[in-house]
Amino acid sequence: MAQSFDDITKQLGKRHRRTRRLKLTCMAAMVLSAVFLVVFLGDMVNRGWSAFQQGRMQIEVSYTEQSQQMPLTAVDEQYRQLVSRGFFRQIPQRMEADPELLGTTRTQWVIARSSVDQYLKGRENSLSEQQRQLIDRMVEQGNAKLAFNTTFFTTGDSRMAELAGILSAALGTLLTIIVTMAICFPIGVMTAVYLEEFAPDNRFTRLIEVNINNLAAVPSILFGLLGLAIFISFFGVPRSSPLVGGLTLSLMTLPMIIISTRAALRSVPDSIRHAAFGVGCTRWQVVSDHVLPVSIPGILTGSIIGLAQAMGETAPLIIVGMVAFMPDPSFSLTQAATVLPAQVYSWASLPNQAFQEKTAGGILVLLAVLITLNAAAVLLRNRFERRW
Amino acid sequence: MLDYLLPAFIVLMAGLGTIAFWMGRQRAARVRAEGTAMRSQPGQYGWFMSLASVGAATAIIFLCWLALLITGSPVPLYSLYFIGLAVALLGMGLALRYVRPDFHARSAIEGVIRFMLAGAALISILTTLGILVSVISEAIRFFSMYSFWDFITGTQWNPGASFLEAAGRSSSASSQAQFGSLPLFAGTFMITLIAMLVAIPVGLGSAIYMVEFAPRGVRQAFKPVLEILAGIPTVVYGFFAAITVSPLIVDIAGFFGLEASYTNALSPGIVMGIMIIPFISSLSDDVLHSVPNSLRQGALALGITKGEMIRNVVLPSATPGIISASLLAVSRALGETMIVVMAAGMSPNLTANPLETMTTVTVSIVSSLTGDLSFGSAHTLSAFALGLVLFAVTLLLNLVSVFMINHFREKYRLNTI
Repeated sequence: MAQSFDDITKQLGKRHRRTRRLKLTCMAAMVLSAVFLVVFLGDMVNRGWSAFQQGRMQIEVSYTEQSQQMPLTAVDEQYRQLVSRGFFRQIPQRMEADPELLGTTRTQWVIARSSVDQYLKGRENSLSEQQRQLIDRMVEQGNAKLAFNTTFFTTGDSRMAELAGILSAALGTLLTIIVTMAICFPIGVMTAVYLEEFAPDNRFTRLIEVNINNLAAVPSILFGLLGLAIFISFFGVPRSSPLVGGLTLSLMTLPMIIISTRAALRSVPDSIRHAAFGVGCTRWQVVSDHVLPVSIPGILTGSIIGLAQAMGETAPLIIVGMVAFMPDPSFSLTQAATVLPAQVYSWASLPNQAFQEKTAGGILVLLAVLITLNAAAVLLRNRFERRW
Repeated sequence: MLDYLLPAFIVLMAGLGTIAFWMGRQRAARVRAEGTAMRSQPGQYGWFMSLASVGAATAIIFLCWLALLITGSPVPLYSLYFIGLAVALLGMGLALRYVRPDFHARSAIEGVIRFMLAGAALISILTTLGILVSVISEAIRFFSMYSFWDFITGTQWNPGASFLEAAGRSSSASSQAQFGSLPLFAGTFMITLIAMLVAIPVGLGSAIYMVEFAPRGVRQAFKPVLEILAGIPTVVYGFFAAITVSPLIVDIAGFFGLEASYTNALSPGIVMGIMIIPFISSLSDDVLHSVPNSLRQGALALGITKGEMIRNVVLPSATPGIISASLLAVSRALGETMIVVMAAGMSPNLTANPLETMTTVTVSIVSSLTGDLSFGSAHTLSAFALGLVLFAVTLLLNLVSVFMINHFREKYRLNTI
């Protein structure tokens, strides 16, 4: 009772300051996570943007009998260490394909070796001082430049950094995702429809529900163990194939699709069901003709997010062997393949500086695809989802 | 040759299904055109025909195939296709006789569809069973070779030597394979702890700000940040941890005169924490939202400040939900693989210093299942034993967390009435 008015005012000021402090702390936490994102994306772009550029040189290539036997002799000695080895390998094939080349000398743009590429980009490289001067001269004359890297998008993996590309990994991802969605979309929607619209509320149904929630939180690597023991060892699905990868990922994505589909079905008001039952529909007719059509945007949104998640998943795929070295892009469900995240993983473990740039480049492509997918899902939700 | 057989068979079956559908529909339409009232629509008779022929055939082929695989006998593909074809034709013939006015084709379809939907729901149970069976059966094989007690309490993890033993070349005691998983669990625990120290304060802080303080515009602007963070694949985080954060930590430690390994536990821990921020933040967001507004209004009406309200009213009542979210996050961190595979070390190390190299359970699983190891060696099997422990721990965490969150929800559902 002895508190004076001034005391209370002072105390009140202190209490309000504490509120402000709490607000600032919480705000700092939020800003911190935004900063993490910016630093992270900035770092990736900084490391990866140069992967989309490629060092090229304009040199004289002489197509002679000798160069068909020993391709190295096709170019002047000083350039031999600078031109990509992949280019020399192609010379005999090219001459076979085009007999008119024999005996001619052509000035053409060729892909430079990765050390030259790195030098042109101002990064660490293994060139000698002499070679650097040579390249400097070539740049001045306009005979060496950085151009858009088409190789990165049109070739498979390679031991030579300048020739390594993401095409086979991208095809592998495409196939794997097709298998995944072909399995888990129908099964996921069917399960959700069963649980929401058909299932009686008994112990079995509750078991399924608990089980699905649990599966959603099971570490992804355990699905890899399942794929290895059940699909590969027991069913005999070929190891490393998009088929086994897709099967494994589909089991992993299933709970996510079930959960989001159930949410979409639940948001359809009961009045629609009652009206349909009222005109004599059976349960399945109510679902297929009335409930599913209006909940499609919600189901698709959830599925796209699930698809994006499956696309970025690596651990279970490593366990089932989808980290194959794939120089030639192949488009088969049962042959060895690799996927984009696995390609990123295998490049990241290489010590060569040039491959780190490739890794970051691959990551940028992957992130671009995933962010586009997620944005598409959000757009879909905002545009088509009905509020009842 | 065989490669084209399956697609050809599928096309054939699809064709048969279409034919069956048309036959049923035509016949029913004819009957109706004659003026007889039918129990169902012509299209429903069509669907019934399709299901009875191709549906039955597919089901029988699948069951036969599964039975043959389980008994381990070779699968005679041609006979299977032949059986399928026969069943489809037979089914079509039989079903045609049911296309008559007093047959309820609609309820028949209904029954089949219900059955199919229940079958689909069963797949999620089968998945769990599949994980359990695959992990347990291999783990049992492992524990028949090495004692369970040594596995749980041993401090030496040296699986490489089991390779030599399998080749019959183990002579000295020093090269004996050892599967003491304690250092792995210690490493996992350390990295998870670091991740939680990053994720819980930041995630919870931003959730509190979003729910209690932020104006609408800030909320709308910040949501995508969390969504992008949540959508980044873990392999990308792993690269970030290994290539950017680790050298940074080594530099900073060097500045303070400490020596840090490039595969220290700190950098995967911090990056994993960043990965989990959106997870904790969105879960806590939900939890804080479900604290009823009447509590807030009641508190404010008593004249306390907003900060006191949050600290003394909102947070205490949200605690079970927040703990549950944190448990889920812990289970996620325990099972996280790519970040630790790429940024943490490969060698087990029982230490409390996060600047030293450490390895985790998931790293050992990956390293023992990649490369050219024979299936059935102790090294490979140890991965399944570790997987079993991982499964058990995460299952327990999930169950406890689900129980807590349900309890929390129940409590406030009653209060708000």
